[in-house]
Amino acid sequence: MSDKEIQVRNKRELESEAERTKPGPVFVPAVDIFESEAAITLLADMPGVSSENISIDLHENQLTLSGEVEPLISGKEGYLLQEFETGTFHRQFTLSDRIDQKAITATVKDGVLRLVLPKAEKAKPRKIEVKAG
Amino acid sequence: MTIIKWRPGRSGSRFDPFSEMQRLQREMHRIYNTLTNTWEASRPAGVYPHLNITEDDNNYYVRAELPGVDPQDIEITAQENDLIISGQRKIPVEGENVSYHRREREAGSFSRRITSLPTHIDSSKVAAVCKNGLLTITLPKAPAVKARHIDVKPV
Repeated sequence: MSDKEIQVRNKRELESEAERTKPGPVFVPAVDIFESEAAITLLADMPGVSSENISIDLHENQLTLSGEVEPLISGKEGYLLQEFETGTFHRQFTLSDRIDQKAITATVKDGVLRLVLPKAEKAKPRKIEVKAG
Repeated sequence: MTIIKWRPGRSGSRFDPFSEMQRLQREMHRIYNTLTNTWEASRPAGVYPHLNITEDDNNYYVRAELPGVDPQDIEITAQENDLIISGQRKIPVEGENVSYHRREREAGSFSRRITSLPTHIDSSKVAAVCKNGLLTITLPKAPAVKARHIDVKPV
């Protein structure tokens, strides 16, 4: 599997959104979301975003991720080739499970956000045995 | 009768559709290059990762977004005006009893080569930093090609 070559993809730009106060492009980070019995885990690619510049907001069932990227180049540099742009990352999800808000953990490593959303007790599946009557 | 001197490559009194076509083609190329204003084609190459290349008086800077790539898994080779960036992006397996809802991130190997830096570089002083998944390679220009500022002295 590791021998596979990565296919290049253009960054997905956010198409419609309420008007923003900050100028500049907004991109949709690529994510992996997986679920175990205990938690939902979300991994988001946000290159150039440091841990201080990420904001995660969970309101009711709406999860909002955003990350600011500092300008890439100083004033004296001129472009010879530009294949990607940088800007804000922004993505929203609606969660279907009850989340234990106090136990949420978030870490950033090498530009990837890892967000663990533990399920609240009520949402964990219970095994119901069917008794023979 | 008048004798007209034959001048190859230039359309004299006679209309030459082929040379006219070539002239038009050259003109279109010139306009295209002026508009895009980059030394390579401005269309991104279909190879991972996408790169941004900038320069100032002393250095070239090559930047790439490599989220989730361990800096130890990146290999950079530089010489003269040639640069190769290659490596591996690993996405570990997350337990056995998980079900995926979305899988947009991709693992695999990558290799990208740039062969056309405008000038030679000082390959012994190339430096690379990978911070928050953003790789920045600083390639100092070879001393012979650096821009020199010349002061004009008043007499």
